[in-house]
Amino acid sequence: MATALTRKDFASDQDVRWCPGCGDYAILAQVQKVMPELGVPRENVVFISGIGCSSRFPYYMNTYGFHSIHGRAPAIATGLKVTRPDLDVWVVTGDGDALSIGGNHFVHVMRRNVDLNILLFNNRIYGLTKGQYSPTSEMGKVTKSTPMGSVDFPFNPIRVGLGAGGSFVARAVDVEQKHLGDMLRRAHDHRGTSFIEILQDCVIFNEGAFGQLTDKATQADSQIVLEHDKPLVFGKNRDKGIRLNGMRPEVVTLGNGVSEADLLVHDETNLALAFMLANLEPPFPTPIGVFYAVSRPTYDGAVNQQFQQAREKLGPGDIRELLHRGGTWEVH
Amino acid sequence: MILPPEAASETVENRASTGSGAVRKQRIKREGVVIRFAGDSGDGIQIAGTQFTNESALAGNDIATLPEFPAEIRAPAGTIAGVSGFQVNFSSSEIFTAGDEPDVLIAMNPAALKANLGDLAPNAIIIIDKESFNDASIKRAGYKENPLTDHSLSKFQVFEVDITGLTTRALRELGLSNRESHRCRNFFTLGLVSWLYQRPIENTVKYLERRFQKNRQLAEANVRALRAGYNYGETTEMFASSYVVEPAKIAPGVYRSITGNGAAALGFVVAASKANRPLFLGSYPITPASDILHDLAGFKNFAVYTFQAEDEIAGVSSAVGAAFGGAIAITTTSGPGMNLKAEAIGLAVKVELPLVITDVQRAGPSTGMPTKPEQADLLMAMFGRHAEAPLPIIAAATPADCFACAYEAVRIAVKYMTPVILLSDGQLANGAEPWLLPDLDRLPPIEVHFRTDPKGFMPYLRDEATMARPWTVPGTPGLEHRIGGLAGEEGTGNVSYSPANNELMVRTRARKIAGIAREIPPTEVFGNAAGGELLVLGWGSTFGPIREAVRQLRERGRDVSHVHLRYLNPLPADLGDVLRRFRKVMVAEMNMGQLLKLIRAEYLVDAVGCNKIQGRPFKTREIVARALQLIEG
Repeated sequence: MATALTRKDFASDQDVRWCPGCGDYAILAQVQKVMPELGVPRENVVFISGIGCSSRFPYYMNTYGFHSIHGRAPAIATGLKVTRPDLDVWVVTGDGDALSIGGNHFVHVMRRNVDLNILLFNNRIYGLTKGQYSPTSEMGKVTKSTPMGSVDFPFNPIRVGLGAGGSFVARAVDVEQKHLGDMLRRAHDHRGTSFIEILQDCVIFNEGAFGQLTDKATQADSQIVLEHDKPLVFGKNRDKGIRLNGMRPEVVTLGNGVSEADLLVHDETNLALAFMLANLEPPFPTPIGVFYAVSRPTYDGAVNQQFQQAREKLGPGDIRELLHRGGTWEVH
Repeated sequence: MILPPEAASETVENRASTGSGAVRKQRIKREGVVIRFAGDSGDGIQIAGTQFTNESALAGNDIATLPEFPAEIRAPAGTIAGVSGFQVNFSSSEIFTAGDEPDVLIAMNPAALKANLGDLAPNAIIIIDKESFNDASIKRAGYKENPLTDHSLSKFQVFEVDITGLTTRALRELGLSNRESHRCRNFFTLGLVSWLYQRPIENTVKYLERRFQKNRQLAEANVRALRAGYNYGETTEMFASSYVVEPAKIAPGVYRSITGNGAAALGFVVAASKANRPLFLGSYPITPASDILHDLAGFKNFAVYTFQAEDEIAGVSSAVGAAFGGAIAITTTSGPGMNLKAEAIGLAVKVELPLVITDVQRAGPSTGMPTKPEQADLLMAMFGRHAEAPLPIIAAATPADCFACAYEAVRIAVKYMTPVILLSDGQLANGAEPWLLPDLDRLPPIEVHFRTDPKGFMPYLRDEATMARPWTVPGTPGLEHRIGGLAGEEGTGNVSYSPANNELMVRTRARKIAGIAREIPPTEVFGNAAGGELLVLGWGSTFGPIREAVRQLRERGRDVSHVHLRYLNPLPADLGDVLRRFRKVMVAEMNMGQLLKLIRAEYLVDAVGCNKIQGRPFKTREIVARALQLIEG
């Protein structure tokens, strides 16, 4: 039955109410497209969100959904997934939701490795509250709450994810539909917390924040697609690459004695490399793709394993026996 | 409260076989005794007190306990700040409190003596550890003179026992370090007191063997210390007599001793089992609530999930998530955690998911006195969320009542699809009493019916009788739907900014909660149900001292009655009528008058307060005095 579903089956009857041109539309479209391919019965899919523009997402998915409170979606999703491991649980969040008000839950869900998929829409601005800087806004950014420019040093979400012990950390771009689809599938297939930072354009308050990456003219030179076991090549003519100079990465042009064999080869299981790649910011090309993916026991799996062990060792609990524990006496 | 020991003494014949040809000592019968064990927080006072309580329970007495410990894990040794205490009242008649005044104080050092002396009954027995009363420790306790020699204890019966020396000697052959044998002093003391009150110690021996299963030497040492203390009492000439407290006449059945936190944990497990659903606890450790987490963590084979979350907010939020998935979801905390959980509780009110929030109240504000009880979270439970977010509130009256209240909280949460706040406090949490085990088959049913029929389904379609929405869990084909914190349309739950719909939904949720009053049993009046001079109204852990005070006043011929509320929101439907039958109403509570405000606002009754905010339960005599003042004033 699940195989017969189409993207339309995953669209709810609610009108989508993001601003015209918002990057969220592209992400919604891709998620609805990928869902039928995953083979999960629709009733087993749950989208949980916090607060912010991105967090309206569940209303538009014809699955189970929960639009909760600011920053808490990872905690709510943890309670759900631990008790209902049969469900396919997705968390939709934003840069403010996940990294500011919900920062604590975000890092803890990553370290626990609860089997969830977290989609963090990063537009580097507060949209729903109408344009304040966010924890991912660049320093110096002039916003309503920073008229002289932000003096806050921003988070790099990939580094936060890796630093928190994430077992799957990836980056995608809203309008790069095919690549985004690939990342969604990878995230879904990964056991544990799968974290995708999706660079997303807020056309009202921060338009073009990732213009370099999405503009056809500059895209190829300003982004590099990470692929496991493949050398780090980029550029319109695929003639540039990233090479290590000692411990530091550098951009080189292929030819003149520099070949692909000299380039760094991506290894998704190498945490040090993942950090190094996470640190690549302009003028380096921005990496997209899977930075890091390793297999690690999941929290919900381990909890349910202890559950089984307790049952095997002690048998299913007997309430009567439980009440009588610790010494009883009878009064006649 | 119990009578002073003198009032009920009667010599009975000594039937015990006294080992090693010791003198036959007389046994004196007492109706009841209040003992307080006190020492450094590292002295094992709580364990000794708990074991003595268990021995007394097994001996068939009615018991009530009041542990008191410092918030610091190990405050500087020998200082007043580091004194840990455990008071137990055991009696041959029904008792309601741990007692106003100890008849016996066991003081393991001068600080323990100094900290507790002011509470003692006249002519109380004081047993001190002689060796610990050296110049240094006397000074450290803040004494200028040695209290044992300056006649300041002349109105008490002081027994100077060389507890440290006798313990060390008893354990000499075991080759323990000084420190290790020093740590067995609590069991020597327990042995001595057990002899003094003729408690059987075999259960404690078994307990020690269990506890030190992996360290035979320590098991042996503690058992030896225990027996040495017992035998010392038997043989020493210091104690001319021992005392007997006969079993109490209490309702027949099987009993065990239980603390409030222990009872709450069991109540939740039994409720989830009755509902045939897994139990999920999302919690962050906080004094004095953590024991519920500890207990439940050990019940995995009962389908109990415990999630020690990264913070209080994640504790409650994870529970909301588990409730969405169909688990019996609970969170446990104390006041500071309640503040942090408020937003998520409001979400549960709005999305109408069942959830039980247990607040084991402690003295505040802010960090306050974490180990001390207070009842000052009532108005927060009522109103501590933004906007109109009513929910049911239940308060437990005694440690064992925490079982029934936890069970009831789950029942209401599930039946009405609502978060429920269960109020306990530090005194109930750690205090123990005998618990008549309930007949599981006679507990009210907790029925969970997940909606599975897609026909005509809407997430906020309401049950006609209860106004509850259907519990519809993910995984149910054809019922996919979204819930959330945004205002939702009646029926569909779809996001709605309609002004009229918003008022409708606010009123609907309020009516649903108010409607729970239909099934709250009629108010029970202890005393004169027809009305009278004075009604003492209470809730929560003040039950014991209020009941005892009212009992004493009635014995003296005073027209005083007692009503104790379990349901604080909604209030019982007949409460207004009951209150109006009394000329005066006094609300006794450990806060500045929170139930008082609610009662006055709700019923326009000119009630007055009886308030104590000292992090200590009321003494019976304090309530008696205030009641007399009202009657006579």
